[in-house]
Formats: sequence, C-alpha cells, structure tokens
Amino acid sequence: MKERLEALRQEALEELKQVADPGVLNDLRIKYLGKKGALTEILRGMGSLSNEERPIIGQVGNEVRAAIEAVISEKQELFIRQETENRLRAETIDVTLPGTKTAAGAVHPLNKVVQEIEDIFIGMGYTVAEGPEVETDYYNFEALNLPKNHPARDMQDSFYITDEILMRTQTSPVQIRTMKAMNGKTPVKIICPGKVYRRDDDDATHSFQFNQIEGLVIDKNIRMSDLKGTLLQFVQQIFGEQTQIRLRPSFFPFTEPSAEVDVTCVQCGGHGCRMCKQSGWLEILGCGMVHPRVLEMGGYDPNEVSGFAFGMGVERIALLKYGIDDIRHFYTNDLRFLSQFARM
Amino acid sequence: MKVSYKWLKDYVDVSGFSAQELAEKLTRGGIEVDGVEARNQGVTGVVVGYVKSKEKHPDADKLNVCQVDVGTGEELQIVCGARNVDAGQHVPVATVGAKLPGGLAIKRAKLRGVESQGMICSAKELGINDKLLPKEQQDGILVLPQGLKLGTPIADVLGLDDEILDLDLTPNRSDALSMLGVAYEIAALTGGSVKLPEFQIPASSAKAEDHISVQISSPEQCSHYAARYIKGIKLAPSPQWMQNRLIAAGVRPISNIVDITNYVMLEYGQPLHAFDADKVAGGKIDVRLAREGETLETLDGQLRKLEPHMLVITDGTQPIALAGVMGGANSEVSEDTVNILLESAHFDGGTVRKTSRQFGLRSEASIRFEKEVDPAVVLKALERAASLIAEYADGHIAEGVVAAGSEAIKSVQISVSRERINRYLGTELSGLEIKTIFGRLNVEYEEPQPDSYVVRAPSRRGDITRDVDIIEEIARLYGYDNIPTTPIEGATTPGALTASQAIRRQIRNRLTDAGLHEVISYSFTSPERTSLFPAISGNAVPVRLSMPMSEDRSVLRTSILPNLLDIAAYNRNRKNENIAIFEAGSVFLTDEAELTRQPHERQKLAALLTGSRRHPQWNVKAEAVDFYDIKGVLEAVIELLGLSGKVNLQAAAPEQMHPGRTAAILLDTPRGSETIGYIGQLHPDTQRELDLADTYVFELNLEALYEAADSSIVYRALPRFPASTRDIAVVIDRKQETGSLKTAIVETAGELLESVEVFDIYTGERLGADKKSVALSLVYRHAERTLTDEEVTELHAKVVERLEQSFHAELRK
Repeated sequence: MKERLEALRQEALEELKQVADPGVLNDLRIKYLGKKGALTEILRGMGSLSNEERPIIGQVGNEVRAAIEAVISEKQELFIRQETENRLRAETIDVTLPGTKTAAGAVHPLNKVVQEIEDIFIGMGYTVAEGPEVETDYYNFEALNLPKNHPARDMQDSFYITDEILMRTQTSPVQIRTMKAMNGKTPVKIICPGKVYRRDDDDATHSFQFNQIEGLVIDKNIRMSDLKGTLLQFVQQIFGEQTQIRLRPSFFPFTEPSAEVDVTCVQCGGHGCRMCKQSGWLEILGCGMVHPRVLEMGGYDPNEVSGFAFGMGVERIALLKYGIDDIRHFYTNDLRFLSQFARM
Repeated sequence: MKVSYKWLKDYVDVSGFSAQELAEKLTRGGIEVDGVEARNQGVTGVVVGYVKSKEKHPDADKLNVCQVDVGTGEELQIVCGARNVDAGQHVPVATVGAKLPGGLAIKRAKLRGVESQGMICSAKELGINDKLLPKEQQDGILVLPQGLKLGTPIADVLGLDDEILDLDLTPNRSDALSMLGVAYEIAALTGGSVKLPEFQIPASSAKAEDHISVQISSPEQCSHYAARYIKGIKLAPSPQWMQNRLIAAGVRPISNIVDITNYVMLEYGQPLHAFDADKVAGGKIDVRLAREGETLETLDGQLRKLEPHMLVITDGTQPIALAGVMGGANSEVSEDTVNILLESAHFDGGTVRKTSRQFGLRSEASIRFEKEVDPAVVLKALERAASLIAEYADGHIAEGVVAAGSEAIKSVQISVSRERINRYLGTELSGLEIKTIFGRLNVEYEEPQPDSYVVRAPSRRGDITRDVDIIEEIARLYGYDNIPTTPIEGATTPGALTASQAIRRQIRNRLTDAGLHEVISYSFTSPERTSLFPAISGNAVPVRLSMPMSEDRSVLRTSILPNLLDIAAYNRNRKNENIAIFEAGSVFLTDEAELTRQPHERQKLAALLTGSRRHPQWNVKAEAVDFYDIKGVLEAVIELLGLSGKVNLQAAAPEQMHPGRTAAILLDTPRGSETIGYIGQLHPDTQRELDLADTYVFELNLEALYEAADSSIVYRALPRFPASTRDIAVVIDRKQETGSLKTAIVETAGELLESVEVFDIYTGERLGADKKSVALSLVYRHAERTLTDEEVTELHAKVVERLEQSFHAELRK
C-alpha cells in the first residue's frame, strides 16, 4: 500500500507539473484529492491493515495529500499572478493623452480687474456705489464745479442726448449722488466703478466706451497725506509691494490741490524701458482734495470736513497688468482672448 | 503752447538749467511738458550765400547753373532746380561737407555733366516746418532777407540753435499761454526773478483822439477797450529774428504789423488786432452785440451770419471784427494801409468761446480770451506793440490812448493760516517756509497775526480765488513728494458690497464655472438692432444720441441679446465655433420719443450657447447644444438664488425666436406671476441671416432676481426610513407638456411623494406619430416610519388613475 501511495504521489506531481490552465488544475485536484479521488480510493483499503501498519500508512497518506495540495496551491497562485499581470498589461493606457476637459469660463478681464480693485478697497473699509450711465448735465458737470461754457469742459468731449441729458463722461456723478444721499453724514468712504463714455476715435489706446473706478473719502480732518497713504497702499496691493508712487501737480475742476499719480513701471521696475519711455514711471490715476465747491454742492460744509477723491481707468490698469497691447480686444470679445483669463 | 528756450532768456535767468531740465522742473511743478524738440534737426555746414548769376543748364531745361558767393572769396558753381532761384538773392547754401536733417551729406557732384559744388536749400531741406511759410517759400528755395553777412551759419540766421518746450496746459493755467507767464512760473520754481520788456513810446504832436474814438455799448461782454492810432506805417516783412520766434512758437509770419501783434500776444498773452484806420468809418469804434441779420466777412474769406449773442467791433454802423475771434475783411491791413488803429481789449471769455465754437473758428486769440486774459496787461501790451510798430514799420504813434471801460482787476484777498495749510496737507511747514514760497510765487501778502496770512492773488493768476488754491500753490512749490504718507485717522468703517452687487458677482462666478465666458459689449448700437427683439426689450423707444459717431452706434441698447449675436457671429468668422457667453449689464428703456428725463436703466443678464456642448477632443464627440443646455444654465442661476420653486417656463413665441422652442420666464412674486425674460432658440430665419448655427439664448431682468433672491439655507433632516421607488411609463399626446404631468402627480400623491423625475422620453412609429411615452420615477417616503408595500401600491394606483383620467394616459407594460 505504501508503494501505491508513493506511485500516486509520483504520478500526480508529474501530471501537475504539466498543467497550464486553471480548469485542468481543478480537474486534477478532484481526480486526486476529491471525495472520490485516487487518494481516497487507496486509503479506503486501510481497514485491512494491521494496527501497527495503520498509523504508518496513515502518515504516508497525509504526506502525499500535503505534497499534492502544496503543488496545487502553488500553481493556483501562479495562475492568479499571471492573470493579474495579463490584465495590467492589457489595461495599460497612454497617460500623455489630454484629460477630459471640465467646463471653465472666464470673468471678463475688465471685471476681473474691477473685482480685484473693489476687494482691495473693501478691505480698507470702503463700500461700492453705483449710479446711472445716462446722467444729467447737472450731476455730470455742474455739481462737479464745471459750469456750462467752462473751458475745462473741453477736456472731455461728451455724447449728449438732449441739452440736459448725456452719457456720463466720468463716474464722478456717483460721488455727488452719494454725498446727497448721505445727507451731511460722515464718514463717506466709497468707490464707484462703472462704464463711462467719451467722444473719441477708437484706436489701440482709446475707446469711446471705457470703465472707470473712482474713490471718495469725506470726514473731519482728511489730509492730502492721507490720500498719498491710501494710494500707496492700493498700488502696492495691485502691482506688488515694491511699487512706489509719484505725484505731479495737475488740474481737475473738482479737486484742489489736484495731482496725477505715476507708479513705478510694472515692466522694468523703474529702471526705464520702452513701456515707460525710459522714465521708470507710468501714469495711472488722477486725484486730489475734494474742491470746497463740490463739498458744498454735495451738502457738506468745507469748513467742517475735507475729503479726497481719486479716479483711474480700468482698461489702463488691465493693459498694464496683463501686458495687453490693444484696448479694442476688451470689446471685440474674441474667445481666444477671453479664455486666457479663465484662471487665478 | 510752444516755448522757445532761447526766447525765454529775455525774461528770466535759466542759465543753470538745460531745456530738458527746465522741462522736468515745469512738469514736476504742474505744467506738463509734452516734449522738448531741437529746432536744428541736424543742419551743419549751411551758410548764407549770394547768388551772383544764374544761367540755364546747357542740357537740362529745369536746371539752372548759379555762381554763388559764400564769403570765402571763391565762387561756388551750384546747379539748382528750384524755379524761384534768381541772381541777387541771399540763400542758404549747403557747402561740400555739409549735413542736412536725415543725415544727408553734401558732396561734390556732376549734374547732367555740369559740376555742382553744393546745394541751395529749401526750408523743408533745412528741417523747418514750411507750412508756416508763404506759398512761394514752400515751393522752392528759401529766400533770405537782403543784407546778411555772407558765410554766416544758417542756424544763426534762422535761430535754429534753440529748443522748443511743448507745454500741455491744463485749462486753469491760461497764465502760461504767454512767454512772461511761463517766465513767472520758472522764476517761482527756480527762485529767480522776472525781467519785463523795456520799451518807450516816442513823443508826438498828433493826437489820437483827433482821429479815433471808442465806445463800449455792451460793457458786460467787454470791460475795457483801448486803442492807439499809428500813422504812416510801411507794410513789409518783419525782421528775421521776430519771424524765427514766431515760427518757433508755431505762428505763421505774415507782415510786420500782423507779426508784431502776434509777437506781443505771445509775449504778454494779450491778443491784439490792427485795423486799417482809413477803413474804419469816422475812426469810430463801437463794441456791441451783433444784431439779427447782420453778417461779416472774416479774414479767412468766409461770410458769417451773426447772432445776437455774438460780440462785434463796429464802426458805429457795420461790424468790422468778430471780437476776440477774428478780424473782418472790410478793415483788414493790406499793402495800401497807411494808418492803423491798434486794438487791445478785455473781452468776456464765455462770449468769445461760444462764438468761436459756433463757427468752428479757434484762433490763437480766441483760445486765450476764452480762458480769461490778465486784465492788467491790456495797456502794457498795447504800448509794447505800438513801440514795436514804430521801430519795425516806421509807424508814427499819435499821442494818447483812446479807451473805454477800465482795467477791471478783481483784487482777490484770501485768508489762510499756517494751521489750516498744515492740517489740509498733513505737513509741518514753518511760517518761514510758507513766506518763502509766497515770495517765490511773487504774491503780495500780509500777516495781521502771527501765522495768519491775507494773500492777494496776482491778476495774471485768475485761477486763484480760494484758500485751497493758495494751499495748492504752496503744496506744488514745496513739492508733492515732500508731503508725508499717512493712514486715515478716525473711526474704521466696515467695507462691503451691496446685496445686489454680491449677487451679481455670484451669478458671474456660477456661469463661468458652468463654462460660459463673460463678455462686455457696447451700450451704443444701431436702430435696427434695438428693434430685433421687441418682446424682450418691452417695445421700448430707443434713446438716440444727438450727435452719434456713426449710424451703427447711434442709439442706446434696449436689449443685450443683439450684441451677443454679433459677438457669436464675430467668433464664428474666426473659427471659434463652440460659443458659450453671457453679459450682465444695463439696457436703456424709455417710453418718451423726446427725452425729458433720464431713461430707465435696467440690469439684464443675457446668455448664448451655440456649437458643441463640450469641447470635442479624442474621447469627447461634438454634440450640438440644444434647448435643455440653455435651460440648464438658467436653472443653475435660479438654483443659486434659491428660487427653484418660484421660476417657471411657459411656451411663448416672441418675434425672431423659434415658435416651438421658446418660453417666457415667469417669476412668482408677491404681486403675482411676472414675466422676467425669455429663453429659447433663435428663429431659423434669424440664424440664417446672421450666419449662425442653432443658437440658444436667454435674457432676463436681473433686478427681479435681486429682489426675490433667497439666501437663507434651512437644514432638512436626513431621512431615517427607507423609500419605495416606483417607475412608471405612460403614453400620452405628444404635445402634452410633461410639466403638467408632474404637477398632477404631486397634487395626487401628496406629501408622501418625495420626488418625481422624468427619466426617459420615447417617440416612435409603434406609438403613433402624435404620441410619446414618458417614463417617470416616483419616490415615496414617510418621515416617521417605513411605508408598507400595500400603502405605496394604493397611493401609486391613485396616481396612475389620475394620469389616465386627466391626460388619457395609457400605461405602458
């Protein structure tokens, strides 16, 4: 009987060595180790053995079973490993193909700049005020110390609708409207973004429709040094901490003193380049202390309060910030242009 | 204002500063200098020569062979093609080795076989703006005055060794429209002093009042009119130095009389006018407003119809000049003029401005008058001009100035204290610093109490009227850069967007997240465009600009949609075919044909989709957008604003829209259901016209959404008991809207129905052409317990029954 068992082991191991298919492996497992398998068949004859022989043969039988099982499970693991490997090989993809695009639109670059400027001033305690784009002559000019026939009206060529109604040429009328609505209360701290319109032939740097942002602060003891401090803080936030400002005396009917403000050239950092015409400075905004006449017309006593105002062109800031070469891109809305702004 | 650096030296010491440095100083002080230009554009080796003889070129009709003396003792043979060259002329000669603007070097040459040792130059070849020269000087060579020393460098003769500062003046600084005004400014900036011109009027036995008289009938428009009578003038060209200065300033030399009036205007800022006194009837001057029906031929040959608001100079009967704007042809100084009446007057700026604007006539005189001239220089300028006429036109000045009115010098006294100045600027200026600046500004002041000043503004600075004007003068001379940088003191304020501004931003972000690009278009459009969608623009009358730049941009938009269509067409033409865009902005609505008040500005949101739903690529197929894509965009906005239950669509067919694929957008408000916009596909005809593929759009009223938006989020407990889902497919009439099916189901099932969704629509021949199958998924749930199968079945049966009754629905098995 021992010989038969050894022969079975021999035969089984020999046969298992040849197996290359999981189905065949299963068949062989049943053939040798199944309930009706060859091993069981042999061991069924144990009853006829002597008491001495029985444990010996039983041990041999167990060894044979263990040896066959070990080979089967080894084979099984091999098959699983092979299957996984095959699968991985089959599933290998080209990782350099582009990913499936998620939808991504862009806020218009002008509004992107407006939002950024709004947020800077909101952080400084300003609220955002808006007003009509079609204005009366009174709010657009007269209340801003620009009476009819004043030569300074030549500075802005306007689109009139009637003698008294026109497209606003600046967002300053919002300042007057806000002052009147405040009814003499202080402090006033607003910025006013919006579209404005001036008769101008469109070219790379001019557009008859453009956007402005103006700021107005009125309180007791507002000083010109506060204006400088505010503007410095603003330009450093929008153009970077190394940015400096330079004020040049200028004229606006609604401020006195008035100034034009230059900032360190965003391109060369002040060393001088083509963009700043070698000066190291770029003009970006106008400002000044609110003219007493304007305070009076807004319902404030210039002996009690003072204020400052500033204004800038959004297009100009956007052109500088993004290095755009033609203002008309903002209004032709070519998707190849707009989609460049779909990011932080 | 163009300022000659050399000429300036007559009035103020600028020796410490180059023209460039002076420009920088002026700019930093508040008068912007646009540029500094050298008058000499690169001329060397050009000298004065004398044409001794001229002969025809033997082989060329149009060329002359000239023998020219340039003072070297040796005659030069020069071939010259100019028609106006002639023997006896003094001319600019570019000798061999000379250089001309643009780098042209003069060499010995042979022209058609004849040797030429140089070139006789035109003004243009010398880099001079020849538009300011007489026609004959433009066409040919520049003919110089007689008597010049031969061999003198031409740069000296023409004053080319000079630089011009081009001032870009703000309207308040009309004082700098004169050389003296600029000199005062430079003196203030550099700490120098101003030297006034010196001159004298020779004594005369003739009396002006015997020849002329002056009367002002409109004193409001003319506060002062002074005149001189000058006899026996000889009209001739003005001296070369004066012509050089006029050309440097951009003024055309004409004759000695006209040039002198212009020269003195440039010097003092006071415009002057010379009349031929013999053409002024009776020598009488009456300044008055024009009368209805009067006309005047001005010096430019135009016959002007005068209006009663215009100020004219008359000889007592007829107008002879348009005051402050332009002289009349009937009293013009000409070759035959012997006696002149020289005018210096102070006219009202607004009156001059109105007249000059109306005629489109902006002269050097009107530009100065409309910005107000210093009333104190009327007489000084008159005397200066008279003395120059005596000197350079052999005039004999009759004794006395004949005048009416007077120097109406407003003596403005302004009180300002050191404390006020420092508090306004944030500075700590000492009394000494402030008084030093007053001195530099050349203003008179008193100090009644320590650190309190009463300042008298100089008459040439009409812009200084209040304490802040004085403070500005102090600030700019102290230097804006020296003012400190401080934070605002006082209470802090909370900054914020208003509710509607915040909503607008959120909508913008939601739409860009959904893949739409924001656009900004023009508010001006064409009348045709505004009438494109009458329903969407509410049949508004478009507001028309009074003077549009073009018909395409002549009215204000009443809807944003037409602009989006244009943007879509623009992009399609550039092969950007998958377009998803939106704009939030104002439209302008009125019901008035003639505006008497501002139009209503309404904030609108418009969106447009066309082309492929998603950007096609290797794993994504191009799929054309449809109505449900644009509806999804709309729903995203509605959901964002918490208005899901309050907005409904109702099929509609406004003009230019596809009648089967368009709906009105209805919003439930406390006032009832309101139409706030439209959504749908463009009409195929409109698409064809604009060359667009299938295009889906919506436009709606943003203000209605701002008002209704609900930002409150109230948490709902998550379900604790299981739901039962029942799917159902019913065949109904194809025209039947699924919306009403859902409404009926909700009504019937009551609160145990958690949701109902359409998950499939099927049409096919098997159903019949007028039928469709709608598959719905219904979810039933009780909040407090598990529903039994029987309960759900019973409820669901009621729903089915309701569908069968109300919609003749057949249950599909």
